[in-house]
Amino acid sequence: MVRKIQLSHLLDKWVILIFLLMIIFGWFNVYGASYGFHQTNFWSFEYRSGKQLIWIACAFVIGGVILLLDGKYYEQLAYIFYAAVLVLLAITIVVAPNIKGSHSWLVFGPVSFQPAELAKLATALALAKYISHPGFSLSKRQDVWWVFGIILTPFVLIVLQAETGSALVFMAFFLMLYREGLPGILLLIVSILIVLFLIVLPLSEVPIYGNVGSLGFLIALSIIFLIEIGAVVAYERDWKTARYFLLGGILLFGIGLLLQMSYDVLFNQIALILVILSSLYLIFLFIYKRKRAYIWIALFAIGATVVSFSGDYFFDHVLEQHQRTRIEVVLGMKNDPQGVGYNVNQSKIAIGSGGFWGKGFLQGTQTKLKYVPEQDTDFIFCTVGEEHGFVGSLGVLLLYALLLFRLIYIAESHRDTFLRVYTYSIVSIMLFHVLINVGMVLGLTPVIGIPLPFFSYGGSSLWSFTVMLFILLRLDVSQKMRFR
Amino acid sequence: MINDKLQNRKFVIGGLIVLVVFIYAIRLLSLQVFTSSYKVLADDNAFYKRILFPSRGLIYDRYGKLLVYNRPAYDIMVTMKEISNLDTTDFCNTVGITKEWFVQRMNDIKDRHINQGYSPYTPQVFITQVLPDDYARLMEKLFHFPGFTVQRRSVRDYAYDVAAHTLGSIGEVSRTTIENDPYYKPGDYVGISGVEKSYESVLRGEKGVQILLRDSRGRIKGSYDDGKYDQQPVTGKDITLSLDVELQMLGEKLMQGKRGSIVAIEPSTGQILAMVSAPSYDPKLMVGRQRSQLFQQLNTDPERPLLDRSIMGRYPPGSTFKAANALILQQEGITTKDTRVACHGGYFVGHFKVGCHIHPSPLDLEGAIAYSCNTYFCTEFRAMLDSKKFKNIEQSFNAWRKDILTFGFGQKLGIDLPNENSGFIPTTKTYNREHGRRRWTSLNIVSDAIGQGEIIATPLQIANLCALVANRGYWITPHIVRSIEDGNIDPRYLVKHVPPIDKWYYNNVVEGMRQSVIYGTSRIASFGDSIVVCGKTGTSQNPPHKDHSIFMGFAPMNHPKIAIMCIVENSGFGATYAAPIASLMMEFYLTRKISPARQGLETTMENTFLIPNYGSKNSIVAPAR
Repeated sequence: MVRKIQLSHLLDKWVILIFLLMIIFGWFNVYGASYGFHQTNFWSFEYRSGKQLIWIACAFVIGGVILLLDGKYYEQLAYIFYAAVLVLLAITIVVAPNIKGSHSWLVFGPVSFQPAELAKLATALALAKYISHPGFSLSKRQDVWWVFGIILTPFVLIVLQAETGSALVFMAFFLMLYREGLPGILLLIVSILIVLFLIVLPLSEVPIYGNVGSLGFLIALSIIFLIEIGAVVAYERDWKTARYFLLGGILLFGIGLLLQMSYDVLFNQIALILVILSSLYLIFLFIYKRKRAYIWIALFAIGATVVSFSGDYFFDHVLEQHQRTRIEVVLGMKNDPQGVGYNVNQSKIAIGSGGFWGKGFLQGTQTKLKYVPEQDTDFIFCTVGEEHGFVGSLGVLLLYALLLFRLIYIAESHRDTFLRVYTYSIVSIMLFHVLINVGMVLGLTPVIGIPLPFFSYGGSSLWSFTVMLFILLRLDVSQKMRFR
Repeated sequence: MINDKLQNRKFVIGGLIVLVVFIYAIRLLSLQVFTSSYKVLADDNAFYKRILFPSRGLIYDRYGKLLVYNRPAYDIMVTMKEISNLDTTDFCNTVGITKEWFVQRMNDIKDRHINQGYSPYTPQVFITQVLPDDYARLMEKLFHFPGFTVQRRSVRDYAYDVAAHTLGSIGEVSRTTIENDPYYKPGDYVGISGVEKSYESVLRGEKGVQILLRDSRGRIKGSYDDGKYDQQPVTGKDITLSLDVELQMLGEKLMQGKRGSIVAIEPSTGQILAMVSAPSYDPKLMVGRQRSQLFQQLNTDPERPLLDRSIMGRYPPGSTFKAANALILQQEGITTKDTRVACHGGYFVGHFKVGCHIHPSPLDLEGAIAYSCNTYFCTEFRAMLDSKKFKNIEQSFNAWRKDILTFGFGQKLGIDLPNENSGFIPTTKTYNREHGRRRWTSLNIVSDAIGQGEIIATPLQIANLCALVANRGYWITPHIVRSIEDGNIDPRYLVKHVPPIDKWYYNNVVEGMRQSVIYGTSRIASFGDSIVVCGKTGTSQNPPHKDHSIFMGFAPMNHPKIAIMCIVENSGFGATYAAPIASLMMEFYLTRKISPARQGLETTMENTFLIPNYGSKNSIVAPAR
């Protein structure tokens, strides 16, 4: 009795409140999205809205059970759980039937279940346990290999299930690792490379005015050159070398413009020459001054250039056709409303037609008439956008932001590494889900089939996020009890 | 904390969250608040606007007899996704099409380049307007052909087989019309000739719309908001023509087998009582699917049955024009009632000769009109042109021309029918071009005195001249529509046009036309003793072909009820055909019968076929399918 009173007192009220709000608003949207014209019974379990009610009820039961278990079990069982999930993932590859091209669902009669959902939780717990070992440090090579191994093993297994979307979620753990000491520069470099990739791909075929080169390459190389200059200035805290670079750049482009009158000059090649010359100069500086920083900047420039140019190759030869088309659509390379872009196009129409206040509950024509595919699962945010407008959509986004901030607050309020790593893992995973899911619906990110936490229809996703959240709450309560 | 520096990274991660929310909020703003096109796209997706077609207004004659009404026609529709186990051979035989046509049509329907709104879930037009027989046969077996349905639409039908040109027809709207008027959509029917065209906006009504919900596969999911936003169609307004359909029937009967035209006007109102253009065709045949084929056939017919000669025919007015010149010559003070001119079989100046027929000589004005003396009008016309009143011939000619235009010649009168011709009155430029500047004299243009030469008029314009004389001083723009349901006719059909001719000059012309019927060239036009008829014959020369027979007249002499003009192409003297036909028309209009004494004349006229191998219009049959 005492224990229960303590528990309800110590539970984080904010997280519970936001969780309830999301579950309730989420259910109304699932109801709105699956609502048909001949449907009269609000609660009938034949419909998805009715089924979702069962999943929600189950989620509460699961949440309650988790809160009643002692927090220390999660830490103790983390590795066993992780190993069990890995085995399950491996079995799934063999056993699972082919559902829409992926082998990720285990089917038990009427119930089907996706082990990949559990893998996120298991990996988060395993990482938390490993990182919370005394003496762990990301500067130790061995520790780094172990951490990468814990992340990449389930990643590979899920990729083998042909469920690339869910596998990509594991990239989110790098955000948690950043908090735990992964050099920020790695995060930055990865971001820059992704941006370069995104610029070069759609624009590489776009000619500059008068067809004097490829716009995509020119922009990408210019960015690389400017980053080089920025890095040199930041390192030397002086504009001397940078001035040479700038002068050289102006000189080269001036000559290019002059030659343009009588020869066909490709400006993206001038930019390439510029980047190569400046990198060679930096290598010369490294040999001359023996300062390592120069060689790093030069290597970055060369690496980035290679990535830019290999983007095309990678895109054409490494990616599979459906991945290519998805990326092409997001980058605006193919405008094909009836083809691959159909989903995104219809979801943009649904959201765009919602206006500021939305069309009102059950008034969305796009969702009601099934124009948006997967509208109650991956594209549930469409219903929010159409029926509740800008106000509702922004409200949902802010709700997520609030939840994540609150979780960060909880993570930082205890001195427990296990709790912190676990919480940041959950934060990273949720952020990744929201980023990709909402971005896809808004036509900003590629179409990757991952659900919107607490909103999308389906038991697996709802339960897995509920379990993640309630374990976190339980750990929080345990910490609070310990220091009472 | 082990490493406080790392703790600050929570701000970076927090900032990342804020950044994501911020970027997505901007994206949401731009999609939802600053772009309005998505709303339109969503509505286009969801709302299927089913057009509800109004029934077209009916057309009545001046006595309230129904002329044009609507009858149902049936389109065969096909819904591709619902077709199953189709016995193509049986279907083709039932509908009366070939298998090749069936295959071709199905491919056309599925081709989104041809059929832009194609959806396999909604009915598409397979054949338009099947014949009643085919429809009846199909209805019996329709249940054998799942996927095929029948849609009713309404087409025009005609109570009488007359007035095809005036009534006009409806047909599928053209691409240019759609581009100019957003009201029309492909497949709509629109008036394309006659009253159907000129009163399209009155007759058509307003389309209604039923807003239905359509899902992503094109299936209809019921009406939107219980039909709150639906609009019922507004039925087109009925119109009453000034046409007397029985008079029209008589006119077309008399004109059968001939080329020419009759225009009868009620002078006091400008309302057209009958308007015949021969050869004609049966308006009932210009309906439905055979329309385009029949249209081709009529369009290539050498006798040009599609040409509405009454408003588009270009003829020299011949001697009927003398009435107009008599008015001007009097007004200009050249000729008086008592001016006498001697005529010895023609008008001779040197080698120049205008022939005249044998009649007493000399004649005064009335006699000259009665006997249609060419010499008289040539002499007096030249007297005017060469008059000392004017500085030169250009000035005198322009004075004459100005007056003649006020009678309605040389310009479109403005009848409420499409494609009216303006005729032609020459200008000084015409003669300068022909003879050289100022190198022409009154003798060069003396033909204008007798309505020959360069002068061209439509039958409508000549009938209008007749109405002007009958009214003794004014004319009202001839028009065909007498009244519109819940509306007024165009106010310009109420305006009296008054030429600058003094009223008493008309009496002399009227008297001359009366004398013409009593003892002159128009004697055959006389009927009964109770009704006083006035008339003027004309023989319009049309070298190298035979002359046109022309007559214009009105009756009764005082308070005229009908002014009529008749022309029979290439048939000789005015008195031969035009005068008898016109007089029979006047007789029928005024007495509602043809007196027994003149029924022989009626039969003769009816059975005279001047066009070889060309029977009555009813001989044109619908082309075989």
